[in-house]
Formats: sequence, C-alpha cells, structure tokens
Amino acid sequence: MPSGARRKPYGTKDLMSADPGSGLLQRTPLYDLHVALGAKMVPFAGYAMPVNYALGILKEHLHTRASAGLFDVSHMGQAFLVGPDHATTAAALEALIPADILNLALGKQRYSQLLNDNGGIIDDLMVTRSVSASDDGRLFLVVNASRKDVDYAHIASRLPAGVELEPMPERALIALQGPAAKDVMARLSDVAAGLGFMSASGGRVGGFDCHISRSGYTGEDGFEISVAAGKATDLAKLLLAQDGVQPIGLGARDSLRLEAGLCLYGHDIDETTSPIEAALEWSIQKRRRTGGGFPGARRIQDELANGPRRRRVGIKPDGRAPAREGTEIVALLGDRLGIITSGGFGPSVNGPVAMGYVPAGRAAPGTSVNLMVRGKALSAAVSALPFVPHRYTRKQVSDPPGLTP
Amino acid sequence: MATLRFTKDHEWIRVDGGIGTVGITDHAQGQLGDVVFVELPEAGRKAAAGEAVAVVESVKAASDVFTPVSGEVVEVNGELTGQPALVNEDAEGEAWFFKIKIANEAELAGMMDRTAYDAFIKESH
Repeated sequence: MPSGARRKPYGTKDLMSADPGSGLLQRTPLYDLHVALGAKMVPFAGYAMPVNYALGILKEHLHTRASAGLFDVSHMGQAFLVGPDHATTAAALEALIPADILNLALGKQRYSQLLNDNGGIIDDLMVTRSVSASDDGRLFLVVNASRKDVDYAHIASRLPAGVELEPMPERALIALQGPAAKDVMARLSDVAAGLGFMSASGGRVGGFDCHISRSGYTGEDGFEISVAAGKATDLAKLLLAQDGVQPIGLGARDSLRLEAGLCLYGHDIDETTSPIEAALEWSIQKRRRTGGGFPGARRIQDELANGPRRRRVGIKPDGRAPAREGTEIVALLGDRLGIITSGGFGPSVNGPVAMGYVPAGRAAPGTSVNLMVRGKALSAAVSALPFVPHRYTRKQVSDPPGLTP
Repeated sequence: MATLRFTKDHEWIRVDGGIGTVGITDHAQGQLGDVVFVELPEAGRKAAAGEAVAVVESVKAASDVFTPVSGEVVEVNGELTGQPALVNEDAEGEAWFFKIKIANEAELAGMMDRTAYDAFIKESH
C-alpha cells in the first residue's frame, strides 16, 4: 500500500511505535500524574510529555482562554546565573543577549535571546532579577527544553571569572494560564495576585515554597510557578482541585502560542534568524540598540536602521484549509517568497492561522500571497500579530514595552 | 446485504451493489483528535487502490485518506466540508467521505472484517 509523504497520526506505523514510556525518554516529576489523568504521552525534546488529556486539544485550548489551564513545563531548563553583584552578573549576561539587564528592576522579568556571533538566535529565554536586594547578583533563567544543553555549554564557555551558571534540574515548572488564573492564585498565595505582568517573587502557593512569575506562553494572563521536584505533584493536584482549572497538554499550548503570535524555537526562530527578522525588536531596549556589545550587534543594528531582508509575519489563509509548517509562501505571480514556520488551526480564531517569513517588502498586513498546499495555490493574506489579542495584566508603569510585535 | 471491511490504514468500506462507501474508523478519529478540515475528491475521479484521494486534518496534523479499492468516485459527502467535526461524532456512520464504483471486487479479499480489525488495533496498541 503506498503511503503519502504526510504521516498518518492515527496510523499504527508512527505514533504508536514511538513508545513514550521507553527508557530513552526523560520524565518530568509530573509524569505519573499525567498518566493517571489519562494523558496521551508523546516524545517532545527528549521527554515523555502529555500532548492532550481526555478533553482533547480543541476544548483544552478554549478552556484555557475561558478559565484556567495547568501546563507541565518542567522539561524547560531552569538555571541561576550567579555573580557577586547585579552589575557584574548583568554585564556577563548582556555579553550574550541584546536585552537591557543592567536596568532591570528588582523582581522584574524580561524576554530575550541568546545570540550567536552572526546575530542568529541560539535560543530564546526569560531572565528574572531577584526580588530581594539581599539576594541580588542572581539572575533566574528559563530556557527551552530542546536547547538547554546547547545553552548551558554556550553560556558557561563565555562567562567571566566570578560569574557562574547553576542549572537547577531538581526544580519543576508549572504554568497556570487563563483569565481565572489570578483568582486561583489569589486563594492559594499571598504574593501572586500582587504581581504585575513580567514580575516575579518568591512566595508560598498552598503552603509550598515556590518562585512565582506573572508570565506565560498563551497570550493570556497567567503564572509560571517553579517548585522543588518532590513537591510538584502535590502542588499540581492542589491547583487542579481548584474551580475552573483543567490540565492542558502540549497540543493546546502550541495552538495558544500560535494565536498569540509567540515564537517556537526551532520553528519560527533558529540560528539563522535574527531578532529583527523575527520581529522581536521590542525585546531590545534602547540602551542596547545604541550601545551594542552583544553578539551579532553589527547585523542587528544594521537591520534596525535599514530594515531586515525578511520578516516574520502572521499569515491568515482565506479558506478553511490549514497551512502547516514547511508550506511554501508564493507571490500571486508564482515567485517563491518564503515559508510557513508554524501553522495550523486556531480554535479561538475558529479558522486556520500561521506564521512565516516573507521579504520585508511583502510584510505589510493585508498583502495577498498564495500558499502551496498539496500542490494547489491557496489564497492568504499577511496578517498583524497576534491573531487573538493579548490579555496580560499590567499593574505597574515600569513594565517593559509591550509584547505586541 | 452490505459487506463491511477495514484496512490497515484505518479506513472502512461498506460494499453494496458494486458501490463502496468509504470513511475512516472510529479508532482513527480518536487517534486524530478534533477534526477541523476535510478535503474531498471530485466526483468522477478515477483512482487506484491505495491512492490518497481525501485529506482529514485535526488540530494536530494532516492525514491522507486512501481509497481501499480501485474505481471511480461517484459521490462525496459535502456535509463534512461545513461540519468536519462530524468525523469525531459519527466516523463509521454519517461521516462517510466518498462513494466509489468498485472496478475489481477481488481487491476486497485482503481486507479485515470487524473482528479482525478490532484484534488489529488491539495488537498495535
């Protein structure tokens, strides 16, 4: 029987033979809980992770936007960068990323990118300055699961004497996302509800010692909670026992972040894409734009001044057919423009949504393009991102500039 | 009386009077998850057994639907275009994909009946 180039996710040949329980895959501290909750486990970045639970991706996605979803993101890398004082540690990190960390206030968080010497993105990450002055000189980093080994080796190789990277593999990370997240956290934590977007603090959640940040990867208000691995299951169970909280798998995490216009490493960004091409210039503060001093600064400053060759944009197919990653974007006359880097069905949009790269001259929202899906040209338009408006809770005027590209 | 057969690619075919009605199995829709898009062949299309003639897409991924037998597509289920979720609700009933005029009924011989298919999906779990 001939089989097409596309995989059959319901077939016996691929999905079921990729045994997620095999010893080759790592498990997060919540593995047994996922299995007990009826999750479908799949391999992801070397971990056995839940792709969805009994609700299914569509309902899990919609539930997160309507109420609150709990995500296991323990596969991500958590580490401290530790130096004698904030200025020293910040300078060490600023040599690797284009964000202004020196002027990051106590307890504030920034999104940034580890850059290679060509200005390409080694990984994207979150950087948090400790909330307490007595603990200053420590920066908390969260990096992608698929990149943590690369990142840690890269960072360690470029640190000056006196600044050290301390990975924290013994920590779990749980995200609680959605409009009901703040009410859940207000019931369980004394500090969480007082945090503004992109702020963080140590604090207790239901009696467990945690590090809580108001951030996430869905476009919704929400929290990421770092907790000791041994306490993670009890904390997750406590959160799941709260009204309106459902466990959400990686499938919905992906559709939520795509609708929110957020990049997935290895798909929308990689070592060849610069932050400017990726429309992430909002994450480079003014002092760094003018001062430089980060890898690839020359390319990035040139792209800021003169525009990049290509841009990451939203792409909205006109019809109902999703355009998946790898789909060619072509001009109406047929010239190849670029490629879809993330694409699928957006449950909140109730239609197909995608992101991809096009030449800078074709990046204006409304520009008509065609997408080559199964050999046919399907009409689509460049769209502003995000597809679904962000609903972050901004409490303080000192928050970083908007996350809207 | 109609004969019901299943393929290893998780299609079903109900044969009645030389016409086969084809869809994907309930097991397949469960593995696929929420179906959000269906692309159907044109009536009149001639295809050989095993040829990809339709597409079913869930939130997760796109999958081909193969015709189990050679022949000519005589009718498609237009309901699925507007209501792809019907595939999740009634995969082996109302959510049929297409009807095909069977060129060679001998091609049915290698396919599984219900009992054999149930054993097949149990085994592959």
